[in-house]
Amino acid sequence: MDSDSGDKWSRKAPITDQRMDLKQSLGGIHIEGLKKRYGQGDTAVDALKDVHMSVGPGEVVGLVGPSGSGKSTLLKCLGAIIEPSAGRMTLGRDLIYDGGWRISDLRALRRDKIGFVFQAPYLIPFLDVTDNVALLPMLAGKPNSAAREQAMALLQALDVAHRAKAMPSQLSGGEQQRVAIARGLVNRPPVILADEPTAPLDSERALAVIRILNQMARQFDTAIIVVTHDEKIIPTFKRIYHIRDGVTYEEAGEGRGFD
Amino acid sequence: MISLAGRDILHAWGKFIFTGMGLGLLIGVTLSMAGIYRGMVDDAEVLLDNSGADLWVVQQGTLGPYAESSSLYDDSYRGILGMAGVADAANITYLTMQVRRSNETASADVRAMVVGITPDAPGHPGQPGFLVAGRHITRSHYEAVADIATGFALGDRIRIRRNEYDVVGLTRRMVSSGGDPMIFIPLKDAQEAQFLKDNDAILRQRARTAQNRELNRPGVPGLLDAVITSQSTNPYVNAVLVQIEPGANPDAVAEPIRRWKRLGVHTKAGMREILVAKLIATSARQIAMFLVILAVVSAAIVAFIIYTLTMGKIREIAVLKLIGTRNRTIAAMILQQAVGLGLIGFVVGKIAATFWAPVFPKYVLLEPGDAMRGFVIVVVICVLASLVAIRAALKVDPAEAIGG
Ligand SMILES: Nc1ncnc2c1ncn2[C@@H]1O[C@H](COP(=O)(O)OP(=O)(O)O)[C@@H](O)[C@H]1O
Ligand SMILES: [Mg+2]
Repeated sequence: MDSDSGDKWSRKAPITDQRMDLKQSLGGIHIEGLKKRYGQGDTAVDALKDVHMSVGPGEVVGLVGPSGSGKSTLLKCLGAIIEPSAGRMTLGRDLIYDGGWRISDLRALRRDKIGFVFQAPYLIPFLDVTDNVALLPMLAGKPNSAAREQAMALLQALDVAHRAKAMPSQLSGGEQQRVAIARGLVNRPPVILADEPTAPLDSERALAVIRILNQMARQFDTAIIVVTHDEKIIPTFKRIYHIRDGVTYEEAGEGRGFD
Repeated sequence: MISLAGRDILHAWGKFIFTGMGLGLLIGVTLSMAGIYRGMVDDAEVLLDNSGADLWVVQQGTLGPYAESSSLYDDSYRGILGMAGVADAANITYLTMQVRRSNETASADVRAMVVGITPDAPGHPGQPGFLVAGRHITRSHYEAVADIATGFALGDRIRIRRNEYDVVGLTRRMVSSGGDPMIFIPLKDAQEAQFLKDNDAILRQRARTAQNRELNRPGVPGLLDAVITSQSTNPYVNAVLVQIEPGANPDAVAEPIRRWKRLGVHTKAGMREILVAKLIATSARQIAMFLVILAVVSAAIVAFIIYTLTMGKIREIAVLKLIGTRNRTIAAMILQQAVGLGLIGFVVGKIAATFWAPVFPKYVLLEPGDAMRGFVIVVVICVLASLVAIRAALKVDPAEAIGG
């Protein structure tokens, strides 16, 4: 690390067990010493070497880093899509990984505890806006009408309720992304993982999306990680994690959020 | 929970209806092929039932009169009438040939089975049963009763070999085992039509007989004339149809006729075996072959379509998996789509087959049982065909939704 950035990026100190327990009782995301190695032997790639992160409930943090630094790998580990190689992860109040999965039904974990928002909205093209959002509670076993009510409430909050009966192909890019955010939020997950959610949007809409994420975080006590390169939105984060070669560094952001 | 498959079908209904129609036409062809086979069997059954016979007495050692040629003397029936258990016996001739109205050309030919029957004897075996119009044959010459499928009408004059006949009655569904409509004419005319040589041949035969020293002996006057007279009669029929007395055992009645009259005898069960198992066996195998190919082609089409549709949705499937959809739900979605496609195809196929069946020249019998079996096979094929797509879908990595 060069001296220039030394004062700016302070290496995250290991959290003491006491602090960890306190934070965990409040929910959020806590990662300690997470490692991920792809492959074995000569061809092995250490995508994550030493990742420490802590995002409290109601907090939105940025995750920034050059291409190939391990951002997607980190999101996939957090999202229980791939298995890390070592470390500890706590989501909400559950310790989900500690040198091995501590949870048997990862699919249910993803469905109930984690909201995903992708770079592209990836709405299901054959479901209308309401059902795209209502699908998650339905998958979790909610009756259709209750699931749709839950979806409508969010669509209203995200200002797309007037397109509730439209098909995804009839929406603008911004509307699609807001529907995708509604889908990520609908099960009130304690954690939302957003991978470049503003990449396809112009700066006004990108800021609107971040504003919505901040509102949602406060309203539902959600811990949100936003992976981004987007210069337009980086200044909005109160806290930013930088990742380089699989190692995270915490930085106090310049943003005041949207309070 | 909503039906993902149903929503996808509604969303892309054009694609589904279109491919369903294509598949449906294929299924329609398949059902029609089965119907053609059923029609052939039914033609044979109808032939047996309409003949009103319990036993077919034929030339010894033959499978006549429908499957092989058979000829026996036309007075054999008298002796048969006297046998135990025989209630009725009647001469009959069958000859399949081209028939047309007297004033028409060869292009208007109808292929028909000309049946020679004893005139003025309705109710006896071999007679046309119910007439839809007109009357039975009453004269011993030049009257005909035609099946309505020949296209002939009452009052038409038709030509069979050298003679012309008035159509005096019409029947329905009187057909040969090959599905050709029947034309009944008096026995004497039919014998002539079948056995009488042309004039030139008769002249030649007379000349040959006259040259034969054995038959034309100078010292025996009248011999040559007697021989020629005997040569120009045609005392043959193809079969004698026998009705047995109520309660009699067909095999028990048949055996003495075989033994004492030195003739071949087939019971109704034996005749059905000959017609269904032997006469149409090759055609049946031909159709079975077709059915197998059609099934394979349909399966390939369903598999291909479902696979393509699924591959077009890989991204959505990755997202569904990522947000926690179970494999079971995703497999069910693909399976239901395949079965849905099969249902559309089956309905279209059934309707198409029903519409075009009457247009076929031969009888096409669409049996509800075949439709049921066809339905089950379609569903099974769709399920099997979707397995490939399901396998591919289950292999999709939810990480694909996040990308690099
Ligand atoms: N499935 C994989 N197998 C092997 N190496 C991988 C795989 N996925 C990512 N990597 C490697 O891990 C490193 C981090 O990748 P990634 O997490 O995609 O970075 P980012 O999203 O920040 O661009 C890269 O060097 C990449 O080549
Ligand atoms: Mg990436």
